[in-house]
Amino acid sequence: MKALRKYIDKIKPHFEEGGRFEKLHSTFEAFETFLFVPNTVTTKGSHIRDAIDMKRTMSTVIMAMIPALLFGIWNVGYQHFLSEGVIAETDFWTIVGFGVVKVLPIIIVSYVVGLGIEFYFAQIRGHEVNEGFLVSGMLIPLVMPPDVPLWMVAVATAFAVIFGKEVFGGTGMNILNPALTARAFLFFAYPAEMSGDKVWIAERADAYSGATPLSLGGSGKIDQIPDFADMFFGFIPGSIGETSTLAVLIGAIALIVLGVGSWRIMLSTVLGGLFMGYIFNLWGANAYMEIPAHYHLVMGGFAFGAVFMATDPVSATQTTKGKYIYGALIGIIAILVRVFNPAYPEGMMLAILFMNVFAPLIDHYVTQGNINRRLKRAQAVAG
Amino acid sequence: MSDTIKLKRGLDIKLIGIAEKKVTPLNARKFAVKPTDFVALRYPKVLVNEGDEVKVGTVLCYDKYRERIQFTSPVSGKVIGIKRGPKRILEEFQIEADEKDRHVDFGAANPADLSREEIIQKMLDSGTWPMLRQRPYSVIANPDDKPKAIFISGFDSAPLAPDMNFIVEGKEREFQAGIDVLKQLTEGKVHLNLKAGDNPSKVLTGASNVDMHYFQGPHPASNVGVQIHHIDPVNKGDVVWYTYPQEVITIGHLFLEGKYNPEKIVALTGSEVLKPQYYKTRIGVSIENMVKDNVKEGQLRYISGNVLTGTKIRKDGYLSFYHNQITVIPEGNYYEFFGWAKPGLNKFSVSRSFLSWWFKPNKKHRLDTNMHGGERAYVMSGEYDKVIPMDILPVQLVKSIIIEDIDLMENLGIYEVDEEDFALAEVVCTSKINVQSIIRKGLNLMRAEMS
Repeated sequence: MKALRKYIDKIKPHFEEGGRFEKLHSTFEAFETFLFVPNTVTTKGSHIRDAIDMKRTMSTVIMAMIPALLFGIWNVGYQHFLSEGVIAETDFWTIVGFGVVKVLPIIIVSYVVGLGIEFYFAQIRGHEVNEGFLVSGMLIPLVMPPDVPLWMVAVATAFAVIFGKEVFGGTGMNILNPALTARAFLFFAYPAEMSGDKVWIAERADAYSGATPLSLGGSGKIDQIPDFADMFFGFIPGSIGETSTLAVLIGAIALIVLGVGSWRIMLSTVLGGLFMGYIFNLWGANAYMEIPAHYHLVMGGFAFGAVFMATDPVSATQTTKGKYIYGALIGIIAILVRVFNPAYPEGMMLAILFMNVFAPLIDHYVTQGNINRRLKRAQAVAG
Repeated sequence: MSDTIKLKRGLDIKLIGIAEKKVTPLNARKFAVKPTDFVALRYPKVLVNEGDEVKVGTVLCYDKYRERIQFTSPVSGKVIGIKRGPKRILEEFQIEADEKDRHVDFGAANPADLSREEIIQKMLDSGTWPMLRQRPYSVIANPDDKPKAIFISGFDSAPLAPDMNFIVEGKEREFQAGIDVLKQLTEGKVHLNLKAGDNPSKVLTGASNVDMHYFQGPHPASNVGVQIHHIDPVNKGDVVWYTYPQEVITIGHLFLEGKYNPEKIVALTGSEVLKPQYYKTRIGVSIENMVKDNVKEGQLRYISGNVLTGTKIRKDGYLSFYHNQITVIPEGNYYEFFGWAKPGLNKFSVSRSFLSWWFKPNKKHRLDTNMHGGERAYVMSGEYDKVIPMDILPVQLVKSIIIEDIDLMENLGIYEVDEEDFALAEVVCTSKINVQSIIRKGLNLMRAEMS
């Protein structure tokens, strides 16, 4: 480590102002702080600081996504061989190998494009590279269909980072969740490629139906929706990381136990979804309304969205009370969109983006409540 | 009578190096009055020159903006230096003490026989007035104000803080006299706040003429801002004053004996101190003789006060006016290889993502001054709320200060807070934002706006 540190100290002057590689300062700094926690000390205020930093927090979130990623890789292979009808004679490693070949390029494209833009913006803004994209860069592949063309991933990522985040001022300032912005961009920009049954199974055999439970529900083929256990464990077509509610649940437990993700948002989202599901059960105007409420939790991206997308602390509400309201509305709206609007089978994406936009408003009213309490207190004393 | 207020939110940071309960008189000759200890004192008018002889209580300077507020010498002797820093800010009046004290006589008096104005004048003359501070803004109290109440925080819950009960031992008379003085200064109540379940000293519990309150819970339970918030909150237009037990004793002494007696018991604490203990000395003492041959090797940070709110001083620097504690901790100017990725069994963090939270929750830490990361925009939410036991939205308040929105700051409760109330928030902040200086900026902004 000493030798590495020495080497870094030796080349450091080249990247500082006036050095040969001045233009790569942010990039250098990003790698340096990745390798070594910097030696800066407190100068004002508290003399001691907590060991936590953004890198730690973000890497914890990435670790929580690993189960969903691993299952996704396997499931991509599984669905492929299933569609070809040869699943019985294909061994585990062939399935995984196929999945890796499909998924890995998407991850690489997402990171290379996203981080490239981040590094560029950090340099022109003159601040450190923010760790936020480490999470977004993993979320984007997980919400992509397995057969999405790589150039689309690149375009969507670039759009999400630039227009979803950097135009607002970078990580911490964005209104919309960047990963969902990427997904929504593809959904609306390339509807022909992104919807229907085409993309949900990688290199699907033509004869096989590639419909996801959501598209089955949306098109009224309720009887063809897989059973609860299959959907819970995730043996269904869908976006790479979203199919297995179990894998997502493991991630959720990790996030909650490690104190990184907001349990308030997760819980209220699930309760909101269940609530709406039961309302539809009572209503029962069509077959889709009559599917058991808990089915909604394991279909499509509901669980994934509730755990990894809705809880994004930047685009969610920031007040404690606001989190409950925000989560519940996401759950309710997601199911509402799903059931009422067959044109947008994935209601979760729209619900979260919609509530991202409304999060500041919710916070505004919670803040106003605090202000009113203070004013009332002053009046009570005066009166 | 008394009531107990239970606080749930907060954080006790467990550190190595608490002072042993042993008091040694400190042999020290060098003292200093530091105008930088007083936040609102921007333009002190200097009244002495280098080489002048001063007595205990001789005025060294006064505040050009509030001329009645004066600052006096804690010892008798010779002014050996008037030190200025960057931008010619007056940093220190350095005074070398004589063998024997000579006092300015301010005249003993029973506060009950004096008018409120006479009491105030005596305190102003003797330089004990700055011991009274006010909310809002946390500056030296304005002698022209009439506070709705006066608060005394009778304990200190900060990391390695001195035990107030131990410090005040044997000062019943002075403490009561001080309380009687304060009682004359307000038409409202004098509140004395103690720690529940602490078996407080008879000196404190035996005091009459006060409203006693008990606080239970982690730091910042001893922050007077938190106490005010729960007992009699500051609304717009309100003024409350506050002070601390050692200061009450000094004020009491002034009225009993007619002398300014800046004597103080100070705790020398911190992981790098070989023999952490208490010293009997005075306000403004040089720490030189305290730390000489009494600290470990290495680069050290000397702090007047505690690790949360204290002031960085030199190793031959001086105790600040309001502090009862000196803390010595290691500097943290080192690189840590993959520090953010380590399991962190021995790291201090409130985050459960480090193993220490799970396996060593009661470990006493030897913490250094490393930032443990770079500054970022706010990303995580709800972190500050966990360590600020007040009905205040901390991040919203901080943001309103950053955008300098006066109305919003007022609405969100800027009048109720001080930097120290946000010290823990600063410690736990993932984004490494220096919240205390933001709060101070907001307070200064409000004060300028409102006067």
